[in-house]
Amino acid sequence: MRLNAIKYYFREAFRAIFRNSWLSLASVGVVAVSLLILGCSLLLVLNAGNIAANLESSVEISVFLADGTTTGQILDMGNRLQAMPEVAQVEFVNKRQALEEMKNNFGDKKDILAGLEEKNPLPDAFRVKTHTVDQVAPLASRLESFAGVEQVRYGQGIVEKLMELSRWVRAAGVGTMVFLGVASVFLIATTIRLSVFARRKEIGIMKFLGATNWFVRFPFLLEGMFLGLAGSLLAATAVYFGYYSLVGNFQLSLPFMQLITDRNVIIPMLEGLLVLGLAIGAVGSLISVRKFLKV
Amino acid sequence: MIRLQNVTKIYHNGVKALTDVTLYIRKGEFVFLVGSSGAGKSTLTKLIYREETPSRGQIVFDGKSVSRMRPGLVPYMRRKIGMVFQDFRLLPQKTVTENVAFALEVTGASKREIKRAVPIVLKMVGLTGKADSYPDYLSGGEQQRVSVARAIVNNPILIIADEPTGNLDPETSWDLMKLFLDINRRGTTIVMATHAWDIVDAMKKRVVELSCGKIVRDEQGGAYRHEA
Ligand SMILES: Nc1ncnc2c1ncn2[C@@H]1O[C@H](COP(=O)(O)OP(=O)(O)OP(=O)(O)O)[C@@H](O)[C@H]1O
Ligand SMILES: [Mg+2]
Repeated sequence: MRLNAIKYYFREAFRAIFRNSWLSLASVGVVAVSLLILGCSLLLVLNAGNIAANLESSVEISVFLADGTTTGQILDMGNRLQAMPEVAQVEFVNKRQALEEMKNNFGDKKDILAGLEEKNPLPDAFRVKTHTVDQVAPLASRLESFAGVEQVRYGQGIVEKLMELSRWVRAAGVGTMVFLGVASVFLIATTIRLSVFARRKEIGIMKFLGATNWFVRFPFLLEGMFLGLAGSLLAATAVYFGYYSLVGNFQLSLPFMQLITDRNVIIPMLEGLLVLGLAIGAVGSLISVRKFLKV
Repeated sequence: MIRLQNVTKIYHNGVKALTDVTLYIRKGEFVFLVGSSGAGKSTLTKLIYREETPSRGQIVFDGKSVSRMRPGLVPYMRRKIGMVFQDFRLLPQKTVTENVAFALEVTGASKREIKRAVPIVLKMVGLTGKADSYPDYLSGGEQQRVSVARAIVNNPILIIADEPTGNLDPETSWDLMKLFLDINRRGTTIVMATHAWDIVDAMKKRVVELSCGKIVRDEQGGAYRHEA
């Protein structure tokens, strides 16, 4: 492609954008909103998946022991647990360790727990991991009948619920996305159609002067792609800053929620949004120009 | 250079605009297409530059089949043809220079080529003084000369003019015809559809008369009406 032609394409594309400035703005807005929603649902799905995976790998049964259980009883119970075929791992956590861990989980909010050292309310406990998730529930109910066991706890249903939530978010996200994607293609197509219509005389002249279809099409393609890119840039910027400020707040108030902060995950996702914006713009404009070229 | 072989054109609405037309035009010829309104003159010119395709028959221009040409090649074929219309078809938002330059721009010509070629053709059509004017501020005759300048700036081998004098007064029409004669003398073939009988009678060129889509007369040095 020659430089002259490229200059011509860009000049024509920008002229058109400013000629229909209100409609251009509306197209940019719709693309931005669509991609913003897409970005948010993507982040939701990614995070739900991430949390579910974390939880699944850490489903364990906490066996809390009654106050005053002797060391002998504890050792005895430890051996019995170890001997069970479905048990993969057994760990004893005494009440002091449990308190330390809790403090760590609370991060810089651990002051709340200050002063609990003297009258530690946490019991001694065994943490038991099974080989598979479906062994958790039966084992937990058997352990309840053991002497010296006060309470048995495990993450009842949480994993399943999260998986379901992430599936639901994904489905809803895809649905909204398809709908808004079509809407943005349509609005860009309308913008370009007006732009084509304003220049239909010029297009006719170009055709009999021997312009190739691509020469006629290119400025409109650029126009659409600029609109799409502008919208997706807005969306990507909003998602980026919105998400990281959210993550910051979450880590302060809910330190044990593990949100994805890895920029190697987030940045490619935002790049994907930009590419999608460009694609929406390109498809929208090609749809509009097509029928005007048949001369 | 142009050959129409048994060409029939039926429009989508069923109108039979041309019936079994066979015509051969040699390089360097000056041909008038005459005939009453609706005879098929415009249709014939449109078939040559492939705005329309024939329903039956073959059209060859410059050694290539126009009717069977791949759509991708049509623009390159059109660059060998200069078009002049009754309504000028200039772009009002462009100056005279820009309108003429547009014909080169759409072919991807360089700025340098454009800068070199445009003043030359503007001089040929006598519009050097109006180079920076806008079409709306020009007379009909001047506008038509801009469109002729645009048609020849690409060095076409053929000029197709569809009633180019239709909107011009007699005197201005004659100026335009002198310009066409000049262009024709440099070797460019000219095909001109017209109702201007006085011009046709005076110029004594080849006359092809169409009636109801058929060629009813084809004579060298002919007149607008065939004297019975
Ligand atoms: N695009 C079209 N669709 C359908 N019919 C058409 C079309 N163009 C022309 N016709 C018809 O074809 C016939 C020939 O039209 P054409 O324009 O070739 O005539 P013409 O000789 O140029 O007439 P005029 O001297 O009035 O310009 C007419 O009956 C016309 O109505
Ligand atoms: Mg006509």
